[in-house]
Amino acid sequence: MSNTTVPLRPDLKLIADLIEPGARVLDVGCDDGALLNHLVTEKQVDGRGLEISQQGVNACVAKGLFVMQGDADNDLTEYPDGSFDYVVLSKTLQAVHRPRDVLLDLLRIGTKAVVTIPNFGHWRVRLSLLRRGRMPVTKSLTKAWYNTDNIHFCTILDLFELLEAEGIKISQFVPHTKDGKRLSLGTLRANWYADQALFLIEN
Amino acid sequence: MRGIEGHTAQLFAAEALTLDSGVMLSSVTVGFETYGTLNAAGSNAVLVCHALTGDQYAASKHPLTGKPGWWDRLIGPGKLLDTDKYFVVCSNVLGSCLGTTGPWETNPKTGKPWGLDFPVITIRDMVRVQAALLDHLSIEKLFMVIGGSMGGMQVLEWLTTYPERLNSAVALATAARHTAQNIAFHEVGRQAVMADPHWQGGAYYGEAEKPDKGLAVARMTAHITYLSEDALTKKFGRNLQARDAVTFGFDADFQVESYLRHQGSAFVDRFDANSYLYITRAMDYLDIARRYDGRLADAFKGAANVRCCVISFSSDWLYPTVENKQIAHAMNAAGVPVSFAEINSPHGHDAFLLEEPEMDQMLAGFIGAAAKSGELEP
Repeated sequence: MSNTTVPLRPDLKLIADLIEPGARVLDVGCDDGALLNHLVTEKQVDGRGLEISQQGVNACVAKGLFVMQGDADNDLTEYPDGSFDYVVLSKTLQAVHRPRDVLLDLLRIGTKAVVTIPNFGHWRVRLSLLRRGRMPVTKSLTKAWYNTDNIHFCTILDLFELLEAEGIKISQFVPHTKDGKRLSLGTLRANWYADQALFLIEN
Repeated sequence: MRGIEGHTAQLFAAEALTLDSGVMLSSVTVGFETYGTLNAAGSNAVLVCHALTGDQYAASKHPLTGKPGWWDRLIGPGKLLDTDKYFVVCSNVLGSCLGTTGPWETNPKTGKPWGLDFPVITIRDMVRVQAALLDHLSIEKLFMVIGGSMGGMQVLEWLTTYPERLNSAVALATAARHTAQNIAFHEVGRQAVMADPHWQGGAYYGEAEKPDKGLAVARMTAHITYLSEDALTKKFGRNLQARDAVTFGFDADFQVESYLRHQGSAFVDRFDANSYLYITRAMDYLDIARRYDGRLADAFKGAANVRCCVISFSSDWLYPTVENKQIAHAMNAAGVPVSFAEINSPHGHDAFLLEEPEMDQMLAGFIGAAAKSGELEP
């Protein structure tokens, strides 16, 4: 059923490492189901996905995964309280309309949530904005401000602040590079040097 | 009974069928078709549920119209429902008119056609009869139950009533209840039939004339709901029918009128007006959540081990995406493993019967994965 020969993308591996075997997992924005499939076959989780693209849905279904076509903004409210051990939101928070509501929904539905974000506080982004005076278009931010799906960018510090304000506990903070390499950095330095960051959060 | 090709089974001879209405129906005849072969373990059976005016000839030539089966595209050797692997069963629903007990058939108590003495039935009653047919065929558990529109409603009732007899279930373009608008359209159709003087309170069997005009109008109305506005516009626009200008009369000036008239008149040759009343009523009565204090999720609590797939179509305004998605979310909330997608299609409600590559791809993936998990394939 599952293709285990394809290695898991390093940034997804970071997430997978946090999930306990046999857990109930909802992957929001699960794409082609790479992470879910890994978790189902390697960690025997009860995995479900939420994915907006038909291509992604079909890829998941063909892997034998169970996925709902939909998105974080509109569909999370339909999931019952406490129905999952983990809810995963990987590099999607910046693309939702109401990030705060989505974060709260993640922890309503799941006991824990794994959230990863692209860090808009990275020095390259700051330098680009400083030098060019225009919204950065980089290798990882390929679209211009007017047609990008990323409508709510934040920095690592921003997310820390929001989570704190909402009284959400951060159990793990893993700043990392684009290639999923962990960086041993404190919050402030991570905000300068980490392309991305992973937050394991709970109430 | 009219001369119907294919198999029939006599069910409920020993013990009468108790309908949702409370009425007992003893001895039910069922007309059905099968494709492929049941394997030794009896584990490869697929039940295909047909829509309102569909029938058991899902993949065989229709005995009255001579046309290919309505799901010929999907059922056959090497097709999505591969009859080299699966044993496909499709039966005419209770209340219909192609070999299964319904108002057209003889009431054993009077020796005359039932007419309006036939009890009002529900979707779940149809499913009870299908379950008895499976007993008759020695099929304990289905590999899959699948259907679109009213067929999808039967799939949902299978999940509420006999979840332990299912490995997987696919519901397409369907709803767990009829909305006011759904009921309204059906009522127009029924009133058209009943307003036809030849209907005679349903006692037209054996008469020279049947309520064909009324039934044709009912079909014309319903047919509009099966297509999208876009599809109608693309197909007909304001094109005129074999003329250069409007005639300032009430002839079928427009192609769309001519098309609908044809749909209506072709329909009466293969369908019974009273059956149309009974089956539309059964659909109107559907409200699964109502049996569970309004909580649809509770209806699917017994189906946590059934792999489910729900599909809607973007231009379907009869059973729109929101209705289908609600079903999928309810299943999800009940812990049922379910996949859902809205297929982008211009074809309206009828899309589930048509060539839809994205739907085919999703179904192929779902069926393949279900077969592997059910150890039907290595």
